[in-house]
Amino acid sequence: MPSDPAITPELVAEHNLTPEEYEGILELLGREPNYTELGIFSVMWSEHCSYKNTRALLKGFPTQSPRVLVAAGEENAGILDIGDDLAISFKIESHNHPSAVEPFQGAATGVGGIIRDIFTMGARPVCAINSLRFGELGNADVRRLFRGVVSGIAHYGNCFGIPTVGGEVYFDKSYEGNPLVNAFALGVLRHDQIARGAAKGVGNPVFYVGPATGRDGLAGAAFASQDLTEESAEHQRGAVQVGDPFMEKLCMEACLELLATGAVAGIQDMGAAGLTCSTCETAARGGTGIEIDLAKVPQRSPDMTPYEILLSESQERMLIIVEQGREEEVKRIFDKWDLPWAEIGNVTGTGQMVVKNHGQMVVDLPASKLADDAPIYHREATEPKYLAAVRAFTLEGIDDLDDPTAALGKLLKWPTIASKNWVYRQYDHMVRANTMVNPGSDAAVIRIKADSIPGAGNRKDGNGDFPEKLLALAVDCNATHVYLDPFEGAKAAVAECARNLACSGATPIGSTDNLNFGNPHNPELFWQLKESVRGLAEGCAAFDAPVTGGNVSLYNQNPEGAIDPTPTMAMVGLIEDAAHVTTQWFKDEYDAIILLGEPLDAEDALHGLGGSAFLQVLHDQKTGKPSRCNLETERTLGTTLLGLIQSGLVKGAHDCAEGGLAVALAECCFSELEGRNTPRFIGAEIDLSKLESERLDALLFGETLGRIVITTSELDSVKAIERADLMGVSARRIGTVGKVKGAVLKIKSTTGEWSWEVARLHDLWWNSIDNAMA
Amino acid sequence: MKFAVLQFPGSNCDQDCVHVLRSVFGYPTRLLWHKEYSVGDADAVFIPGGFSYGDYLRTGSIARFSPVMGAVKEFADNGGLVLGICNGFQILCEAGLLPGALIRNRSLQFRCEHVYLQVASHNSPFTGQIPEGKNLRIPIAHGEGNYFCDDETLQSLEGNDQVLFRYVDAEGDLTDHANPNGSRANIAGICNEKRNVGGMMPHPERASEAVLGGDDGRLIFQSLITALENQPTLA
Repeated sequence: MPSDPAITPELVAEHNLTPEEYEGILELLGREPNYTELGIFSVMWSEHCSYKNTRALLKGFPTQSPRVLVAAGEENAGILDIGDDLAISFKIESHNHPSAVEPFQGAATGVGGIIRDIFTMGARPVCAINSLRFGELGNADVRRLFRGVVSGIAHYGNCFGIPTVGGEVYFDKSYEGNPLVNAFALGVLRHDQIARGAAKGVGNPVFYVGPATGRDGLAGAAFASQDLTEESAEHQRGAVQVGDPFMEKLCMEACLELLATGAVAGIQDMGAAGLTCSTCETAARGGTGIEIDLAKVPQRSPDMTPYEILLSESQERMLIIVEQGREEEVKRIFDKWDLPWAEIGNVTGTGQMVVKNHGQMVVDLPASKLADDAPIYHREATEPKYLAAVRAFTLEGIDDLDDPTAALGKLLKWPTIASKNWVYRQYDHMVRANTMVNPGSDAAVIRIKADSIPGAGNRKDGNGDFPEKLLALAVDCNATHVYLDPFEGAKAAVAECARNLACSGATPIGSTDNLNFGNPHNPELFWQLKESVRGLAEGCAAFDAPVTGGNVSLYNQNPEGAIDPTPTMAMVGLIEDAAHVTTQWFKDEYDAIILLGEPLDAEDALHGLGGSAFLQVLHDQKTGKPSRCNLETERTLGTTLLGLIQSGLVKGAHDCAEGGLAVALAECCFSELEGRNTPRFIGAEIDLSKLESERLDALLFGETLGRIVITTSELDSVKAIERADLMGVSARRIGTVGKVKGAVLKIKSTTGEWSWEVARLHDLWWNSIDNAMA
Repeated sequence: MKFAVLQFPGSNCDQDCVHVLRSVFGYPTRLLWHKEYSVGDADAVFIPGGFSYGDYLRTGSIARFSPVMGAVKEFADNGGLVLGICNGFQILCEAGLLPGALIRNRSLQFRCEHVYLQVASHNSPFTGQIPEGKNLRIPIAHGEGNYFCDDETLQSLEGNDQVLFRYVDAEGDLTDHANPNGSRANIAGICNEKRNVGGMMPHPERASEAVLGGDDGRLIFQSLITALENQPTLA
């Protein structure tokens, strides 16, 4: 075996550590680290593992509520109480850099990683959603990445057997070469099933389970914490892991079965920084030490160095600390599932992470300092220069529309607005037989039943009786708005999640964020990050949806520039009763169409057109201050809608987002899917002539926030409007469903009257991405 | 009446089948581990969907060699009722209990969506209780559901009335456009000549409760239950 290289300033720099950080390591250790130890510091002190650039900012997030059982940062994922002794664990995590380099495996292992985080908590993963961003589909390389990412997610999720029930996909030039893949998973467990990633009990044996360690994914965490360059794509393909969903399915079943025996003292997945991170973090959380011998670690290749074994990110591996004397149970269960296992060490009382190789000491580091004492940076933040031009933008020079007929079609065809059926038809979104609202409405809805909880198996009583639980999930972020106004845009991302949940009949209970930004050393990019975090924090506080965990992905830039700041927000809500589950499409002819919320913001000089899809698609301008987000108004809007839904008045609800009111109305006319090739069309007659608006384009396509289109029966419409008024939410009747003969959408304003054949609008919307990918 | 649902490593619709049989219909149902050598006292056996053994090599090709499949073959040879759903259908074809094979969808992509099924034969324990003229709306979720067989096999399937389900459109028309995967003759499900082993790509267990958006799948389970009630000596 070649001897380890000497530590030089160049080697330190290659490990992405600054000279100051290296000084810190010398001080912490009181000696020079060896090569393997340097590698360990480089991953543990990477942004991905240590949050060194963002930790100070993240402190601003609300993380507590009476429902929080495990708070953000304590463990691999947070846990929320959903009543009746049940709880949920969920988190979102990015796999952006790997997906840019190798889209299929990058995305697949992103799904695998987040699923592991969830079952590590003792929960059975029951559903997934995701948020994806790519460049524009005209570019062949973008199509390659898009195709690869979607099939990677499908491959992993479908084979594992987790339904991918929803998500969002955006296309924007800023993501060209820098796609974003944010994967979310949610699991269910009973309160007494919560598992901890702590190495408890001095003397307890440490087990390694799962496939052998190889050279794949070497130092992926460090790779994810750098800018992407052409060169990095070539050289770091080896840093992308290869996923095996079948192995992970077995690993999950075996771990849940083992957890049910009570033989587990602590459990942690080997994700970023593999064996290194899992050993030092469990020791740090347990207030203990840990000692392992690498000779005992199953290895795929005979000549791996300690450096490689410790930094490998081979997938589907778990570290399990077992109660002394109960080793046989681990062996029995992992043998049953035909999974490799090895006893590799034990918990010590020294506080040190000690790694030996054939008895020879190779690493001796203080575990808690390594895990918790990474440097914390307060980066410089400067308002970006482009914002001056954004604020100065006016509608002067943008002629209002005379006839909106063509514009609506163009917007519906715009891939960001168009139907994402090309994506979700590749995901199994129904496995586990819990999906109540499939992809294609404002939020996904699933039910929780006995087999959603670990340990049901062959137990005669299943998991006993418990009241039906229904969950709604949404993920949102209009990054164009965030780019144009990070604080307001981030608030709006939270508000949109909450609105989507309300539209499906749910009350928000918690959230998870994925911060996707550029290089934090650039003060302008860091300012975007800082302002966005402030916006998310305010938003989550306003909706009582504490952040239970999340992920930070920086350095999302290449030589062409940085991505739009993208603070993706995912939110989970509870629905009280199956009768409250609401979908977005129009239901019955002659139902009343009511607009909740002010049609326009009187104080917005751009009337909601700033940063709108309309300006981008019809005028090729991505600018203007976006609509302001008034959290108080949004909150009242949500609770009012929920009240109406819970009193049985509402038949359908859909919020206005990209493309404004007209796009929302069109979607209500055609988004119900009865089956393959079988959309259900229903027309509507809309009268906006009583609404005051200076501009037709703003009235139809402006993106003023806080607006929801609902339908009620004709009989209930007056009652619904009165109740909304009482709650202080403006509500006005704007039309009637299906009054026009045939499926036609008819809109009347003070300046004219136009109509569209619903089937034709649907064709533009439904087939747009399919056509672009053909 | 008792049911067994096979559980291979990588099965992922096993719990869904158990849920429907146990909680929706109320029958004792147990999971049968792939390493077992007997189906025990089960009156009918379900082979669920999923990715048995990761579907590596070829879908269903490894599962057919598992000990439990030996037991299932024996059970079927003695007239026991066996229904394979999705991956279960693929396994039955690989095991030679059903003719033909399921190959890659012609779109080369996985497809998850509700499809419409015409009941091609009511003369089977899997379809006997489905009202004449009723088409079923049931989801599919597969990447390899493209039913393939040679002309001779197709002829004998049709001649012996072994085709159970065909993909149709919402109006009930048998068209190529309604075919989600390229299956020969729009075949979605078949049975063996003895009519006690059935296989289908669509997932009736995902369409057995109104809360999931449709319960046409119940008719298939109900048919099987009724068949067992009427022929108590069958198993």
